[in-house]
Amino acid sequence: MKLSRNAAGGTLSRSRKVLVIAAASTAALLALTGCAGSGSSGGSASKHISIAFVPKQLNNPYTDVELGGGKDAAKATGDTYSVVGPNTASASSQVSYINTLTQKHTNVIAIAANDPNAVCSALNQAKAGGAKIITFDSDTDKNCRSLFINQVNAKDVALIELKQMAEQINNEGEIAILSATANATNQNSWIQYMKQELASNPTYSKIKLVTTVYGNDDDTTSFQVAQGLLQSYPNLKGIISPTTVGIAATARYLSTSSYKGKVILTGLGLPNQMRQYVKDGTVKEFALWDPAKIGQATVYAAKALVAGTITGKSGDTFKAGSLGTLKVGADNTVIVGGPTAFDSSNIDKYNF
Amino acid sequence: MSDTIEKTAVRPPAPAVRLRSRFWRGRDATIVYALVLIVVLAALFIPYFASVTTVSFLLIDAIPILLMAMPMALIIITGEIDLSVASTAGLSAATLGVLWQAGHGHTSIVAIFVICLVIGAACGAFNGFLVAVVGLPSLAVTIGTLALFRGLALVVIGDNAVADFPTAVTTFATSNIPGIGVPTVMIFVAIVVVIFGVILHFTPFGRGLFALGFSPEAASFVGIRVNASKFWLYVASGVVSSAAGLFWVLRYSSAQSDSVQGLELSVVAAVLLGGVSIFGGSGSIVGVVAGVLIIRTVNYSLQLAGLPDTVLTIVTGGLLVLSVVAPSITARVRVLREQRARARDLGAPAPAPTGAPAS
Repeated sequence: MKLSRNAAGGTLSRSRKVLVIAAASTAALLALTGCAGSGSSGGSASKHISIAFVPKQLNNPYTDVELGGGKDAAKATGDTYSVVGPNTASASSQVSYINTLTQKHTNVIAIAANDPNAVCSALNQAKAGGAKIITFDSDTDKNCRSLFINQVNAKDVALIELKQMAEQINNEGEIAILSATANATNQNSWIQYMKQELASNPTYSKIKLVTTVYGNDDDTTSFQVAQGLLQSYPNLKGIISPTTVGIAATARYLSTSSYKGKVILTGLGLPNQMRQYVKDGTVKEFALWDPAKIGQATVYAAKALVAGTITGKSGDTFKAGSLGTLKVGADNTVIVGGPTAFDSSNIDKYNF
Repeated sequence: MSDTIEKTAVRPPAPAVRLRSRFWRGRDATIVYALVLIVVLAALFIPYFASVTTVSFLLIDAIPILLMAMPMALIIITGEIDLSVASTAGLSAATLGVLWQAGHGHTSIVAIFVICLVIGAACGAFNGFLVAVVGLPSLAVTIGTLALFRGLALVVIGDNAVADFPTAVTTFATSNIPGIGVPTVMIFVAIVVVIFGVILHFTPFGRGLFALGFSPEAASFVGIRVNASKFWLYVASGVVSSAAGLFWVLRYSSAQSDSVQGLELSVVAAVLLGGVSIFGGSGSIVGVVAGVLIIRTVNYSLQLAGLPDTVLTIVTGGLLVLSVVAPSITARVRVLREQRARARDLGAPAPAPTGAPAS
């Protein structure tokens, strides 16, 4: 009898204790909610702004150069710079990062979109929360951002890649494209221009684009896809890879295979990644622009947007440090520069 | 006298108190406390966490996991698993995209939803057939269908992304109940959770699932239709996963072949973290809901703290391992403690008799 009574009493007091703890913690939480609410609405009227970059994915060498440019520019202007983003370049993975930035009241969100639409509603929420939205490198739907910082004219990129390929295969034969993800905005627009040019330019009439494959901007996948491509198309003369991950992986495969020097590889690559393949003859030439300039231009555009000196409409101009004065063109787009061709004669002059 | 007082004090509220106190001491309660603790810690240490915005952002990301965790919990309780949930959702998402595009916006989106749910049911039935009727191990079957359904999604939609869904529907998918910040869709999710909760805890079918998880042979001896139960659980899993896929598309206004990819890991982690035993036979819906919220809260607060995705993946993996390891450790500790207690009970009087004859 004694025992059972003790047990019952113990249970009751324990459950009561739990209730007290639960109640106390709820109260604490409520109090905190109040505090945070009043805190965030308070300050933040200083001249320096916070800029958060949301790249397509982290640890991508090309993106790292872009972000490096942004970091240096932010250091020069004294603004707060941060980078958040997913590990995989999938459409939906960026949304939760945008949400957290919205909640932190970041002044400017600069994003390279993995999908033009999937991030839109999150960006609109951020805009409603007071943030300015800039896209860089890969655009979203026009209504979801104020400004798009584009590396180069998409058509110029497509044409230089095609020209480099055509020259090396003497305007004749089967070629394939090894792209990033199937929905990558910029890659798809370049591919579109390449297809148009192939169809319309008589010089290219004997070039046949047999397929477009996707390495998902993942080194291993790109490597395997390149391997599969050469197996399934034995007559393939060349591969165009308009993505730095894809071209590096393909070059690595070619350099160790019997196709080295026989199958032509062009596309967009980083000089540092491609140097050894240019030197060993796997790749003759490839193209790119200086990605750091995009990050740099993004920071200056962000400052001008927040300061209100520009709104992002066509014709606006802003000063962008060493880049000089940049101008907003059609579709609220700023074009930073033109593509550069790299080959054995000039590759050692670049370090990125 | 003391006897009667005791009786009157303890007995009248006994059933209710006993039930409630059992809950507060049980495994479910531990998980709920863990959730409360994590929320409090996040609110204390992570700037901006304590706000209404957190509620809406956190919950909207929890919806697909929460949906898929419901049938998953029941399936794991029977001792099986379904790893194809995210791929089923992906196939459903791809189908929605293609049908909507093919209809040029003229077809009724509700009709398309129904078709997608039927496809989900078919996916589930396929799994169920192989597991329950053919009798293959569910791990192998659903790893296969994980790849198979994702492959079909790629065939259906290819490399295009469909995005032009009616704004009324997509806005509804991301809308919140004004004031409290809870996503509107959460109402439907809550209904699904309640349905699964009632089925598992308050019907003979649900009790049969626990029995099945303990011992399929014993369960069939006492008259539980083992194969039929499993089959219908997989069908339910297919339908609910398909619904999660539809929500995913509307939430992101974009349907493509990689929609919902990789979410099965979070679902399994949430279910196990919610106290469902990976060996089958035990678990509860309350625990699973808390498990889902724990995973989302941890992820969201780490994200808010600015930690990279790599850390999040490591944490999710760590939580999954912890959720599998923790119950077996506590079980072992309990066994050890019982043994020690028994040894003490036996040991206390023991020294006297053994000591006495010796001296």
